[in-house]
Amino acid sequence: MSAQEISSERLLQMYGRMFRIRLVEERLAQVQAAGELPGPVHLYIGQEAIAVGVCAHLSDQDWICSTHRGHGHFLAKSDEFQRMVAEVYGRATGVCGGKGGSMHVADVSKGILGANGIVGGGIALAAGAALSAQTRGTRNVAVVFFGDGAANQGVLFEALNVAALWSLPLILVCENNGFSEFSPTATVTAGEIWNRATPFGVPGRSVDGNDVREVWAAAGAAIERARSGGGATLLEMRTYRLRGHVEAEKSFLSKSYRSDAEVEERREREPLRLAVAALHGAGVTADAIAKLEEKERVAVQAAFEYAAESPWPEPGAAFEHMFA
Amino acid sequence: MAKKRMVQAINEAITEEMERDGSIIVIGEDVHISPVGDTRGLIERFGASRVRNTPISESVMSGMAVGAAATGSRVICHLFYGNFIYTGFDAIANQAAKLRYMLGGQVKLPILYMAMIGGGRSVAAQHSDSMHPMLMNLGGIKIVMPASPGDAKGLAKAALRDDNPVFLLQAAGRGGELGEVPEGDYTIPLGKAEEKRAGDDVTVVAIGSMVKPALKACDELAARGISVSLIDPRTVVPMDYDAILASVARTGRLVVVDEARKSCSAASEIAATVAERGFHLLKAPIGRVAVEDVAIPYSPVLEKAVIPDAARIVDAVLKIAVSGGVPR
Ligand SMILES: Cc1ncc(C[n+]2csc(CCOP(=O)(O)OP(=O)(O)O)c2C)c(N)n1
Ligand SMILES: [Mg+2]
Repeated sequence: MSAQEISSERLLQMYGRMFRIRLVEERLAQVQAAGELPGPVHLYIGQEAIAVGVCAHLSDQDWICSTHRGHGHFLAKSDEFQRMVAEVYGRATGVCGGKGGSMHVADVSKGILGANGIVGGGIALAAGAALSAQTRGTRNVAVVFFGDGAANQGVLFEALNVAALWSLPLILVCENNGFSEFSPTATVTAGEIWNRATPFGVPGRSVDGNDVREVWAAAGAAIERARSGGGATLLEMRTYRLRGHVEAEKSFLSKSYRSDAEVEERREREPLRLAVAALHGAGVTADAIAKLEEKERVAVQAAFEYAAESPWPEPGAAFEHMFA
Repeated sequence: MAKKRMVQAINEAITEEMERDGSIIVIGEDVHISPVGDTRGLIERFGASRVRNTPISESVMSGMAVGAAATGSRVICHLFYGNFIYTGFDAIANQAAKLRYMLGGQVKLPILYMAMIGGGRSVAAQHSDSMHPMLMNLGGIKIVMPASPGDAKGLAKAALRDDNPVFLLQAAGRGGELGEVPEGDYTIPLGKAEEKRAGDDVTVVAIGSMVKPALKACDELAARGISVSLIDPRTVVPMDYDAILASVARTGRLVVVDEARKSCSAASEIAATVAERGFHLLKAPIGRVAVEDVAIPYSPVLEKAVIPDAARIVDAVLKIAVSGGVPR
């Protein structure tokens, strides 16, 4: 599978989903600033190509585990997202009934085991989902998205070892966005993350995570390999977090950890811009792109209206769901 | 006395102690930029050798603290949110809490683990736990839970001079609250409670974050003619049972308020000890106000339903404060 093989239809479809993620996240930034959200949000802006390029290969029976920056993964894997937005609003109609919020958006019916508030928390969960897919004799796979910061949790090494031993259908997708919270990656991370797979005999690759075609190709190969019993792969996606670690971070940080100029420079290669250029290169008209974008705007507007108008949960719901 | 924020008070305590004692080092995630504010300015003042910004690797951090402390350093290990104590829990439970004991007293482990605990800010179940009871159950670990900036400074300084692992658990989201903070060398001995309000009808013991709603409850109860003796233990290991029992001896009634889940909470432990040592003093059953045994939910409506507030404390007191001591 190579990036050149991608059809213009597929590319347009993926761009549409990336655009949707961008719209949702920009809107969340707005409503967060306006005080309409109960809790903090970590936005995925600048990393959209990764979730979309990977999830394009997955069915509802394949699993993903995600991070505190998890809206994008949800939006990439499921076409239904009104209830995800309602969850971030803390409403009864939310996909977790308002119990989880931004850091725990999940839709198990779509193979989304959820965002996660524990850095590295998804790695072992996905290894378990891969184990289950394997023992049940399916061709399904598990994908874990995690950050460069999470790559410093010991659980990554434990999971690589067991995934290698048992040829688990596990794809470890590290999104290296340049920062672990407020620390530049290089100040807290030794060596190359993709190379952490090598000693275990697991293939590791470094991929341009801002080019959805490259992500799609690399993920496609890894997922196909996992489906056919070939085992795990570690993909390090090089990207850049364009917004803060968490919205409104400037209100509580006493000093900055990166310059505005750096952010602007990195914006030049942001994934939506690259995808549009690729679409033009593939002969897709500006008109076709604009039509798709308009469709997404309408859908996103509807989702936010749905969320904002949804009722709050009943207080008694707080005491449900602890046990099956 | 100057009014300062809780995080400033802790920051001041750490800064003063690091000046005083060159063996103190700091490890923790983002301690150089300090989103919480309690380690702000330390790296500029003491340098990157003594103040180490660590990767997200709690299991090595909590264990390195033990290794460094056993070999001559005095360690501040900043774990940020209390829930990340769980990711670093192995070395806390299996090493910090028992290494000295297992080695027949050969080592000292001067460690200050710091974290913010508790809910109320819609950060959901993985950022809102109050896990002091789990730490209490380990033995070998001291735990301080300041409810005011002044106490935070005095307790932090005392903790930094203690030769044992101590947890400083600050109520999340309360770091900005203002209070009087004594200047200079101010310490509060670990294990000494404070009676925040004097009263004769009911004893309320409130832990950490719960002191604030308990104070509000005291006012509401006073308006109804009920006077409360409000005890803030300030440290839950060691626990000042003498102060609690002395108060119960006057009132004969006890309500314990804790933001932990009720089962095996600090409230449970206090209730059990008072029943054991002071059964003869009691005129009514002991009340516990705590979080029911559920995770902390995200939606503010749900979160409000689980975290104790002044109204629930008032209810619990009224339940045992009726004349004759018969619960309603
Ligand atoms: C176990 C644990 N430790 C610390 C944190 C606090 N924290 C939340 S996000 C984050 C940085 C994560 O960096 P990275 O994995 O690179 O993900 P990114 O935020 O860049 O998407 C930290 C330290 C946490 N949530 N969980
Ligand atoms: Mg990162």
